[in-house]
Amino acid sequence: MQLRMALAGNPNAGKTTLFNQLTGARQHVGNYPGITVEYKEGFLRHAGTAITLVDLPGTYSMTAYSAEELVARDYLVNERPQVVINIVDASNLERNLYLTCQLLELGVPLVIALNMVDVAKSRGIEIKADILATLLRVPVVPIIARSGFGTKELLEACIATAREESTWDPRDLSYGEDLDTTINELVALIGTAGLMSDLYPPRYTAIKYLENDDQILVKGRQSDPDTAKKLEGIVSLSTEHCQRTLDVYPEAIIADHRYGYIKSILRQGVVSHAFDTDRLYTSDKIDKVLTNRLVGPLVMLLILFTLYSFTFTWSEAPVAWLEALFARLSDLIDGLLPDGLFKSMLISGVIDGVGGVLGFVPLIMFMFFGIAVLEDSGYLARVAFMMDRVFRIFGLHGSSVMPFIVSGGIAGGCAVPGVMATRTLRSPKERMATLLTVPFMNCGAKLPVLALLIGAFFSDNKARYMFLFTMLAWVVALLAAKLLRSTVLRGAPTPFVMELPPYRFPTLRGLFIHTWERTYQYIKKAGTVILGISVLLWALMTFPGLSVEEQAVFQGQREQLLNASQPAAAPVTVEGERKAAEVDPEEDMDASLGLRLAVIDNAEQEAALRNSLAGRFGTALESVSRLAGFDWRTNIALVGGFAAKEVIVSTLGTAYSMGEVSLEEAEPLTRRLQKDPNWNRVVAVAALVFIMFYAPCFVTVVCIARESSWKWAFFSMTFNTFMAFAMAVGVYQVGMFFNLG
Amino acid sequence: MALINLRLMAKQQTGTIKTVRVGGEMGLRIREMGLVPGTEITIQGRAPLNDPVALRVMGGTLTLRNNEADYIMVEVADPPQPPRKECC
Repeated sequence: MQLRMALAGNPNAGKTTLFNQLTGARQHVGNYPGITVEYKEGFLRHAGTAITLVDLPGTYSMTAYSAEELVARDYLVNERPQVVINIVDASNLERNLYLTCQLLELGVPLVIALNMVDVAKSRGIEIKADILATLLRVPVVPIIARSGFGTKELLEACIATAREESTWDPRDLSYGEDLDTTINELVALIGTAGLMSDLYPPRYTAIKYLENDDQILVKGRQSDPDTAKKLEGIVSLSTEHCQRTLDVYPEAIIADHRYGYIKSILRQGVVSHAFDTDRLYTSDKIDKVLTNRLVGPLVMLLILFTLYSFTFTWSEAPVAWLEALFARLSDLIDGLLPDGLFKSMLISGVIDGVGGVLGFVPLIMFMFFGIAVLEDSGYLARVAFMMDRVFRIFGLHGSSVMPFIVSGGIAGGCAVPGVMATRTLRSPKERMATLLTVPFMNCGAKLPVLALLIGAFFSDNKARYMFLFTMLAWVVALLAAKLLRSTVLRGAPTPFVMELPPYRFPTLRGLFIHTWERTYQYIKKAGTVILGISVLLWALMTFPGLSVEEQAVFQGQREQLLNASQPAAAPVTVEGERKAAEVDPEEDMDASLGLRLAVIDNAEQEAALRNSLAGRFGTALESVSRLAGFDWRTNIALVGGFAAKEVIVSTLGTAYSMGEVSLEEAEPLTRRLQKDPNWNRVVAVAALVFIMFYAPCFVTVVCIARESSWKWAFFSMTFNTFMAFAMAVGVYQVGMFFNLG
Repeated sequence: MALINLRLMAKQQTGTIKTVRVGGEMGLRIREMGLVPGTEITIQGRAPLNDPVALRVMGGTLTLRNNEADYIMVEVADPPQPPRKECC
């Protein structure tokens, strides 16, 4: 037998835990057809039945506020799963049954999984599952999702329900005399017109009309404009009537009656309290400290800082291993293949690009693990609670704090996991604003650039300037969020009605599944697009190469140098000579020869870079970028910085042709910049401001696109670049005017 | 008994919701979480900057911003002191 089931329930009711418990590792993430909303699907077998279980997003009601919730609701009516498991929290039954009421009204074949009976018991609450089942007329199975207790019985109840019920059985709840009359009127109209009757029971549609449900209203207008108009007329009359006589909205009456119905059921011996319910639960005791006005914020800083250092220190070694691995791979290819375009593309395009992405993987894994701990334990909701007042000023949400910190709120984060961490935000507009502003933070890749320029021009006060630039990132990010929220993302703040779930020990299994799921998505999705962009950037900085004549000039210089230094030696190849020079650094003669050869090599690279598309682009932009004090060399470095911000340092090194410039020893470049007439303190600050705030690196851009859409990804690239440029021009012009350079 | 705004309730004060006067999305969100007339609530605490507020409702804890709490009127014992556990 084949069975399709869906899992619905409130957030924090243990839905994900049950899903993992039932399906184990046999899950995969799919996309709903045509839209980017994802859903999780798992597979299991029970007593000869192959079951596909779909995990619907957690909701408190059938009212859909986000695209995700809308899709979940549509799934029930479009796909018609044979059984819907409604998981409810036994220790918080009254509120959990609100969703159950609506599922009953929709008429889906329902099985209730009464979760956390152990927690309820420890709080002195006992639920009589059999009485509840009789009153609701659906099977109720007590379970403990964490331990797997009761899941066998649950599956058996599901299979039995699927065997019995083939038609939907919508329940009628009474909404009081006034509304019932209206509902009957609406139902009659819907019935005769057959409005959406293939999808919803007429009474359900009628109630959604009274609740002013946007989606249903739009659907109704599309499928039958005349009937829809009549229905809306009746609803507005009724709304007016309710407001005039009772001074309430119809949706308020509906909610009141649903809770009334729940209360009447629970009163019939379903719940018994063994002891006083007002007793302080452990969770509340913890909250007394963790959300305390004075201690709370301090503990929060400590916890966030711990997460931060955990992520970045523990991932350091694996990141280094991966880097070493890719470096060895490069060396291997370097040795195996002859010099040429293909090799250059493999090394600089493919390996550097994909390696750059995979290099982030350990970091992302640790970060997601840390966040999963905070999320699953219930602490993240407390952070949102404490930070909301501050973030609201800028049109954001308390939950925005996490992505900001991960992205580099304490200098040295990474915007990629930061962008992905915005998933914990449930309010769409606040989430978009957070998503678009987290790349302003000083991520780890911007640090070498900061270190280079601060070291070169403000070496006396390094720490102070570092701190200043970190603060500047926060100020700009928050102000930019405010700007976005009052322009392109304008809209009233999403209500903060949020649950503070009781503290729980996260299960290891849950943590691992959470972490792996998100990491894998990153590898799979980011990997493919990034490979393409990386090769493209390589091509931009390679083509068109130097002409044969130009190459000959540099080759001539090299040979001249070799001939001059070793007149008597047997003829050797240039390559062999350079190797000899490296191997034998003690001999002054050879060392200086190697250095001089390197200078020629660099001059050639500089010429090639200037001649490349990226170089031409940089040169062409010089007339504009002069406004901010950037010359063509800086421009090329900034173009390269789109690949990854740390590339800025090495590209500047190539462009200023000052020998090998590695991230660790940027010293020679520092001195070169200090001496260069194009550079001074004002230019340095303008460049820093630009680098901190211009287009995010392409890995981040791809992630933004994945988390929202390509439209927003392009928006972020152009908006950030223009804003950063405006700021850099401001800094440069004002600075030069006051002659601060 | 006195009718006061939820915003004005003191920490640990208990009361019964009388009216929730807001429609639209905000109204739906508030109500679906169980904040409907007849529900008993206790103020559990406030965030460091006095906003949002945390409430104990039906065995769970909810948070609400002050400007959202403004829509909710609560009947509390008079005078507004934390009620002692001596009644009924």
